[in-house]
Amino acid sequence: MSILGTRVLRIEDPGFLSTGAIYAEDVQDERLAGACYVHFVRSTVAHATIAGLDTSGALEAPGVLAVYTARDLADSGLSPRPPMMPNMNQAMKQPMLASDMVRYVGEPVAAVVTEEMYQGEDAIELVDIDYDILPAIATMHQALNGERGLVFADAGTNVVCTFGDPSASNPDLFRDCEVVASAVIQNQRVAPAPMESRSGAAAWGEDGRLNAWIPNQGAQGTKGSLVGMLGLKPDQVRIITPAVGGAFGAKFGADPEHAIICWIAKQLGRPTRWSETRMENLVGMPHGRAQEQKITIGGMRDGTVLAYRIEIIQDCGAYPKAGAFLPSLTILMAPGPYRIPRAEAWSTSVATNTTPVGAYRGAGRPEAAAAVDRAIDLFADAAGVDPAEVRRKNLLPKFTEPHKTAFGAVYDSGDYVTALEKALDAAGYDALLAEQARRRAAGETLQLGIGLSSYVEITGPGGEAGGPNENSTVEVHPDGTATILTGTSPHGQGHQTVWAMLASEELGIPIEKITVKWGDTDLIPKGGGTGGSRSLQLGGAAVQQASRELLDVARERAAATLEVSEADLAYDVDASAFTVKGDQDISVPLSSLAESERLFVYSVFTAPGPTFPFGTHVAVVDVDTDTGKVFLRRVVTVDDAGTVMNPLLAEGQRHGGIAQGAAQAFLEEVVYDDDGNPLTATFADYPFLSATEVPSFELVDMETPTSYNPLGAKGIGEAGSIGSTPAVQNAVIDAVSHLGVTHIDMPTSPQRVWRAIQAANSSKEA
Amino acid sequence: MEIKLTVNGTVRSDEVEPRLLLVHYLRESLGLRAANVGCDTTSCGACTVLLDGESVKSCTVLAVQANGRSVTTAEGVTEADGSLGVVQTAFREQHGLQCGFCTPGMVMAASSLLAENPHPTEQEVREGLEGNFCRCTGYHNIVRAVLAAADKLSDGHADSAGGGAVAGGAARISA
Repeated sequence: MSILGTRVLRIEDPGFLSTGAIYAEDVQDERLAGACYVHFVRSTVAHATIAGLDTSGALEAPGVLAVYTARDLADSGLSPRPPMMPNMNQAMKQPMLASDMVRYVGEPVAAVVTEEMYQGEDAIELVDIDYDILPAIATMHQALNGERGLVFADAGTNVVCTFGDPSASNPDLFRDCEVVASAVIQNQRVAPAPMESRSGAAAWGEDGRLNAWIPNQGAQGTKGSLVGMLGLKPDQVRIITPAVGGAFGAKFGADPEHAIICWIAKQLGRPTRWSETRMENLVGMPHGRAQEQKITIGGMRDGTVLAYRIEIIQDCGAYPKAGAFLPSLTILMAPGPYRIPRAEAWSTSVATNTTPVGAYRGAGRPEAAAAVDRAIDLFADAAGVDPAEVRRKNLLPKFTEPHKTAFGAVYDSGDYVTALEKALDAAGYDALLAEQARRRAAGETLQLGIGLSSYVEITGPGGEAGGPNENSTVEVHPDGTATILTGTSPHGQGHQTVWAMLASEELGIPIEKITVKWGDTDLIPKGGGTGGSRSLQLGGAAVQQASRELLDVARERAAATLEVSEADLAYDVDASAFTVKGDQDISVPLSSLAESERLFVYSVFTAPGPTFPFGTHVAVVDVDTDTGKVFLRRVVTVDDAGTVMNPLLAEGQRHGGIAQGAAQAFLEEVVYDDDGNPLTATFADYPFLSATEVPSFELVDMETPTSYNPLGAKGIGEAGSIGSTPAVQNAVIDAVSHLGVTHIDMPTSPQRVWRAIQAANSSKEA
Repeated sequence: MEIKLTVNGTVRSDEVEPRLLLVHYLRESLGLRAANVGCDTTSCGACTVLLDGESVKSCTVLAVQANGRSVTTAEGVTEADGSLGVVQTAFREQHGLQCGFCTPGMVMAASSLLAENPHPTEQEVREGLEGNFCRCTGYHNIVRAVLAAADKLSDGHADSAGGGAVAGGAARISA
């Protein structure tokens, strides 16, 4: 029986559950012996010129070895770095330590190095910074209207980049539409907040090479970032990836703090360690989402959608990072799974005096899904047609050949209507509608809301070299064990288990005898890491391909050993041995073919393109109409990511995504005050989702294989977070729609819901 | 200051700085690094350990406050032969962990919960773990794991060789 598709328990768990996994902070390594500790002094104001910087007090504090500022970096020839993509305003350069200006609360200004960990926390308080406060550009609108000036004087604008062309807008886009609905909606800023904050350790060897232990989502990309920031040669740097305590898109590459600890280790000739506090993490690690969207949708009274427009403003924060680029993905996926004859989209990314914005689970696609599914509901409400019926009517019909959208996305395969029907069935949609009608008629305080989202998303869009590819090396050892090297970089996904399953399926070696390695750039120089839900469909496919190619090499050796032709050999997977066809007694074990010469294959799998998982989420909420409080009661989901290799782990990915997406809909938000001060900089203030705020999730299986890889697999890592956000938001609005509410921004906090109800009441009275 | 305490059944005595947090004492002085630090406001529970059998957040306990008391960490709830205890096994079987960072704290909180309430409902499990954050699992399989562990413990597995995670941990604490 095939091991694929079965609920294999994770190989990696026993260590995680007993001694705990070895995260960067836990690494004990002789190269790090005698490490000193780095702490950062961070800006306490959003926008200011630095009039004075006095480190003398800190230098006299117990245990302080050094205090570094921007001047020291400049003396070392390190200069501010321009944004990563050429279409972003290149004058918006980021210094590794702020020099003459600070641009957000949390920006590193100085680095204090101490013998002991606690000494650094004391000493950073003694660095004296004299700020001349400037008006903070705290919002996207302030950035656009220029009333508070510029984040970068040299740039001459707060616009980082644009995508799409509003001047090409079709003035007749909504012509002939019987119903047109429009709203300005917020896809609010949230914090990725992996449980493990950022950290790192660095040591320079006598060979002049840097060893850096940095939690990441792809060591090769992290190496590239460090090489760029520090002006090193690639062969001088080795990244070693410890266990990573969650990432969600926020641990790709390397941050200035990582580069600085490496640089300090060189300056002092001593290893360094750094671990930020949660408060630093919530202001220092790039945030996610942060879009304002103007959506307009039009169509016929029967529920047929004819036209859709989305106009996006993206908040990039103080320094343009991946966030500036995200709207291009939002635009790519703008129409979602719907067949909309006319659609257009454009975006403007702006800089503000806030924490930089980067990738966060879904990165640009949840923003697209939330917009179009909110638009569908606005339209359904305006047309007076049931939201499920509007979706049924407008979803693309099932297709097995690639479908190209107006925005250039090529959907590989899809069966959206089936996903919708399965989800509605499992949720008991009709019964829910009846219960909703009963409560409405009875005028109950606790009203029922039902929210839908039919989504499609893009996964596995690229690798390090730009194309959708990934590498793997599979080696069989003489003792019957095997080693897999992969360019992916698991941080909770369970690649150790699934990559072993994939090799075991081909080679017959038990998964317990297979070791999976990743994240050491000396061992694995190339790789695209783990993100964009790319790993299984590219990295997993590479493991399968390498395993098969290894058998080809082994077959050649087996033929020579047994003095038969290759064609006369069969591979007995159960026995892990080649046998001569028709004479089972003559065989040679795979492992013995590794005795005289190493037996391994390096292979690169390339897909014809990205894949497009899809599904439907149904959320059910109770809303207390007296207090505005939302209770999430049920989330029923169909998430079709093609063929599933390990249902246990795929379900885990869905659960986590659903929870994160739901949390954005009704709980989480990064908030700044008018002066750019963060108001959600601790876990006491940031409403991180807890176990009491979500129900158990109801998952419905559906597998539509893709032809883009031999596994038939699409990505599942982000799907949950893409579907659940609009489903939950729509459910909350649906619960009070009979009161006249048509929209409530996320998060649908009690205050927002209560205010929406009051506003609807007063407009009715007026 | 001089402290003397029992950690996972072993008596320890050390000279510590008065402000040293218990979690840093465990991690840095004793090398018991299963408990992690996930926040600075006692919100997340990644550092949860048992102090005299009750779960505490060790980032909010000073090492000196543990003087004369017993501490149990995730390292201390494995079976005598080093294999996983009942709660740990349930977490593995139900896929109640992904990145693993919250896991040692979650296992200790779950152990404490089950010691207090051996037959919790799903809602009681959720309320019992409200102070332990997880970003990966959506809590779904963590809840399943705790319920599964409760079933196993009440089936008498706790009395089998080596003792269950909760019973074993508690026994070591009182020893």
